[in-house]
Amino acid sequence: MSLTIGLLLTLSFVVSLIALAFLIWAVATRQMAFDQRSASTIFVEGEEGHPDDAGVAPESDERVPHHFDTARAGIDSVSAWPVTVLLIGAVVWLVLGSTFGMIASLKLHWPDFLDAAAPLTFGRVRTMHLNLVIYGWSSLAGIAIMIWVMPRMFHTALRYPKLPVIGAVIWNIALILAVGALAHGWNDGEEWLEIPWQIDLLIALAGVFFVIPLVATARARNVHHIYVSGWYWLAAICWFPVLFVVANLPFLTTGAGGATINWWFAHNVLGLWLTPIGVGAGYYFIPKIIGKPIYSYSLSLLGFWGLALFYSQVGIHHLIGGPVPTWVVTLSIVHSVMMFIPVIAVAINQHVTVARNLWAVKQSIALRFIWLGAICYTLASFEGSLEALRSVNTVTHFTQFTIGHAHLGAYAFLSFTLFGAIYYMMPRITGRRWPWPAMIPVHFWLVVIGFIVYFVSLSIGGIYQGLAMLDATKPFADSVILLKPYLESRSIGGGLMTLGHYLFAAHFAAMLLKRRAETVEGPRETQPAVSA
Amino acid sequence: MNRIAPLAILALGILAFATLMLVVFPGIQIGSEAPTPGLKPYTAQQLRGRHVYIEQGCLYCHSQQPRSADQAPDDERGWGRASVASDYAYDHPHLMGTMRTGPDLLNVGARLPSRDWQLTHLYQPRAISKWSIMPAYPYLFEKKAQAAPGDVVVKLPPGYAPKDGVIVATPDAIDLVAYLQGLNRTMPIEAHAVRDDGYETKGGAK
Repeated sequence: MSLTIGLLLTLSFVVSLIALAFLIWAVATRQMAFDQRSASTIFVEGEEGHPDDAGVAPESDERVPHHFDTARAGIDSVSAWPVTVLLIGAVVWLVLGSTFGMIASLKLHWPDFLDAAAPLTFGRVRTMHLNLVIYGWSSLAGIAIMIWVMPRMFHTALRYPKLPVIGAVIWNIALILAVGALAHGWNDGEEWLEIPWQIDLLIALAGVFFVIPLVATARARNVHHIYVSGWYWLAAICWFPVLFVVANLPFLTTGAGGATINWWFAHNVLGLWLTPIGVGAGYYFIPKIIGKPIYSYSLSLLGFWGLALFYSQVGIHHLIGGPVPTWVVTLSIVHSVMMFIPVIAVAINQHVTVARNLWAVKQSIALRFIWLGAICYTLASFEGSLEALRSVNTVTHFTQFTIGHAHLGAYAFLSFTLFGAIYYMMPRITGRRWPWPAMIPVHFWLVVIGFIVYFVSLSIGGIYQGLAMLDATKPFADSVILLKPYLESRSIGGGLMTLGHYLFAAHFAAMLLKRRAETVEGPRETQPAVSA
Repeated sequence: MNRIAPLAILALGILAFATLMLVVFPGIQIGSEAPTPGLKPYTAQQLRGRHVYIEQGCLYCHSQQPRSADQAPDDERGWGRASVASDYAYDHPHLMGTMRTGPDLLNVGARLPSRDWQLTHLYQPRAISKWSIMPAYPYLFEKKAQAAPGDVVVKLPPGYAPKDGVIVATPDAIDLVAYLQGLNRTMPIEAHAVRDDGYETKGGAK
């Protein structure tokens, strides 16, 4: 034990020295130099000050929803096809994934519902739900946003635009195989890593087809500065492939050490993949729709590196009180609490920008989704930090409270942001307005009300469940019986959310089936190249 | 930040550091522990049953990691002493779980050793506990007009038994029960075996 502590101290000292040397180098060579003006690189010449919420604004012209979209038409037309293909996959998996989630939810209070066949048992339906909404809906929609926004941000058209289409096809084939495997009980046996590693190879291969065009586009950019969304996304496409490949190596999962790998991966998928997708999207769309740069650009640096440093080490808070070394659990708890720093940095930036321009929230439904997503990011992160405290975790661990928390992050933060982004992007991709604009608020209120019912039920129910389990005078049965009404109301909330998704998917399909507007040709660069 | 390579290198460096802390060092520490004395490797049948456990997704509702008496009354509920890293020496993959929609199962073999009870419960949990929300697993059983020699017949209370014929366990059900019966980590452990002691109170039972 003394050896371990000595080793850790030496190591942290060495790492600090290396980090210090890197910082000196970075400052000396002006790697980090940027100012508030850099925050305006997302705009084209003269665009700043013009709000851009034309996705559904009634007065907008059918064909050209926004003046500055014509300036970007050349860039957008190159990414339109790969982004459309990615989004179709994402929306299909959203529909299927939430249907499985709905079935799983019903089964918890109607245990004899659909029990005749193995593929429909709770353990499998739940697994299909999780894997489809994470690797299908969220990941594909996230990649679509990166592929659409990065060229705009870098003022140059997407490089190798055919590769993401090939990648999307491979990724979707892998997911179809994965659903089949999971339905038949073939899985690797660890949460978040259920998809058999043989199929994971295909997903990893597909990833290459997304990374190459994104990196090539970033390298060919016509701006010196990389905008903050770019930091999150470029880092995420470095992190996720490494995480995914390492965690799926089948020989690494032995014994209690396998549990630390499991949760190192599972929380990093959230922290270093899904969170950067959502935060990066917020950083682009919020100022873009409002037409003003974010509040404090230098603060975003703190938010980004804080996320990288702290989020990467929180995973073992899933094993608090478990059979792994005390020090590693404590390390993860400390980092979970440290997450307050980057989260507050992002919160100040995004919320102040919106709060100074509340008129925009009223006007743009896309912004309303993204703004709510950003608020839920703050809430989910605060809740997560508190939940990692030993005193709180004793009650909430092993209960439905955790499920509520997971949905506050992966659903209310990420999916709301994705919905908003898709509502913003699609009119610019197809050159058409949404066919049924009145449906968008219906979708909004279904998922918002549904989510509130969902979240409140599981949070309250989970706390009671946890308290009952801690009370030695109560039989275990009490914790099950008291939970039933909360599980039932969760199904109601989940039902509203699922209904909202069906509506959204139908609207999305109707949008694609509309006759395409004639393609607007434009320059493939919105700014002359700079010598970097 | 204005360049891609330093961003990528630093980002990956941070991840490598996190991996060292969360995976490599705990792995070395846990790997240096011998299996708990008295813990036996799983038999071939138990491993088949463990596979059924994974296939059916039992781990989404049942944990396999009793907590210490300083933290929770797990031992009082009969779920066993706090588990330590060396208790999982033969687990590949680990099945510690994160939910207790149902009770902890690390010591279910010691707590509920009866094969008949387990088979009845798997066939229809509500035949034993009315309040249970555990799924039934009818597809792990077969309905036959008459039991053949060697068949394991499931004992069912009136109301749950079929009107004619008998319910017989499939090999999958029998293997799964063999795995559950083998789940037993009640052997004594050393005072300082590796686990999260963050809840330990002075003088508290460990």
